[in-house]
Amino acid sequence: MAQGSTTERAVVVGAGLAALRGAEAMRAAGFTGPLTLVGAEPYRPYDRPPLSKHVLAGEIRADATTLPSSLGADVEWQLGRSVTRLDRESRTLHRADGGTVPYDRLLIATGTRARPWPNPHEGRLSGVFTLRGRDDAAALRAALAAGPRRVLVIGAGFIGCEVASLCRQLGLPATLVEPGPTPLGRVLGSTVGAFIGAILEGRGVDLRHGSEVEWLEDEGGRFVRAHLTDGTRIDADVAVIALGAVRNTEWLDGSGLSADPGGVDCDAAGFVLDTDGQPDPRIAAAGDVARFPHPLYGGRRVALEHWSHAVMQGIHAGQLLAGAKPEGPYAGLPTFWSTQGDVVIKSAGLTEGADAVAFTQGEPGSGRFIAVYGRAGRCIAAVSVDSARWLPAYAELVAAGAPFPPQGAAADRPSKGIMVLAPGFP
Amino acid sequence: MSTPADASSGSPPGLRVCVDLNLCQAYAQCCYAAPRHFRIEGHEALFYDPAPAAQDRADIERARVACPVQAIRVEDPGQAS
Repeated sequence: MAQGSTTERAVVVGAGLAALRGAEAMRAAGFTGPLTLVGAEPYRPYDRPPLSKHVLAGEIRADATTLPSSLGADVEWQLGRSVTRLDRESRTLHRADGGTVPYDRLLIATGTRARPWPNPHEGRLSGVFTLRGRDDAAALRAALAAGPRRVLVIGAGFIGCEVASLCRQLGLPATLVEPGPTPLGRVLGSTVGAFIGAILEGRGVDLRHGSEVEWLEDEGGRFVRAHLTDGTRIDADVAVIALGAVRNTEWLDGSGLSADPGGVDCDAAGFVLDTDGQPDPRIAAAGDVARFPHPLYGGRRVALEHWSHAVMQGIHAGQLLAGAKPEGPYAGLPTFWSTQGDVVIKSAGLTEGADAVAFTQGEPGSGRFIAVYGRAGRCIAAVSVDSARWLPAYAELVAAGAPFPPQGAAADRPSKGIMVLAPGFP
Repeated sequence: MSTPADASSGSPPGLRVCVDLNLCQAYAQCCYAAPRHFRIEGHEALFYDPAPAAQDRADIERARVACPVQAIRVEDPGQAS
């Protein structure tokens, strides 16, 4: 593909953060041909992190979250249109409304959707919500503003913890039900998760770990209470289902690409792979939906649902599709942040597979600390809680695969040294 | 083709602001530059207004430039870039 070609047509499927940054990068890298973004929602790309925080708090409106963009009038937006099928032979996208969109270069950035409550009838009850998009946030905000007796949050991942914390900030009673031993256990392990649990409980969240909701009770079409597997009943007017996300890959069925609910597979450069493992040089993927071999983690295939990853990989894929030769495999250090009420958790690297965790600065019990995760004697991730300024130094250790536990850490606590513990992953 | 549902109508187009909260380290320079649009909650949680009015562009630009880690991105449709 010649750089700057004006005859080829580029299409981005998806209109979220990765799609936007990818389209911008295509233009910035010199692609001057027709560029179309097709999005299932009727909105220009918007920022999701504020949805579970200040939008729910009523401080900003859901429609204020539209992202800044450098795209100009030379871009066609097909919004409120979902793509249902990809035909690579004729290089055509088929939309749900029957329309077709031809492409020569394609960026797949369809992201994820909220995992629904497993019982569809209960999931549709009035008062039951998921939180993924702008409309979800506006609807849940209206329910919170109505002053529910109690808010039940099911699932203590990042979104669940953010919503529970936010409810407490609003003065609403909140119960957080999580089958694991602590909040955020899958991402942070139960050792660090226990300290997060203590912070949430300190903010007044009624935390029920080791518990599972069996069913949601329907009273005239309204959710009124949840029944836990241990027989406990929780009366509440609002239930927020926070069970993670499902990747939007169904539309790739029959395309010959290697895709499943875990994502669409890409090679190290970012081109998608077909079911024979061969890259399609016309198609790249980016953001939550893209599963790729991460060079920092021994080529393990990962699909990352992180804001900064959507930006970095979106830009990488856009440059790739514009014809730029990548200098090397995409290798962005995974990072995320989460704001739990007024507490900030940040992370660099991936904790998966950690065999040890060390508290290297601050005091876990004080609510401000750094935890570094190790695997086979190397630093693989670092997490800060209300200690963001310390994190970049640890991110460098993670990026370099420095020895674990890190040398010279805990300078602020020489008498105690570094505590090395089991991380407590399931 | 469909029109963006949130296209502005009538009043001058407002700004679009997005802060990279991975980069943000709560130096709070934006809060001094544009106190009505940025504030720190707790130790380091930044709250910001993602859609300031066009007449506030001077404050927002001051905040953008003041950020020590350059985490603030602004789109100003009313201003030729």
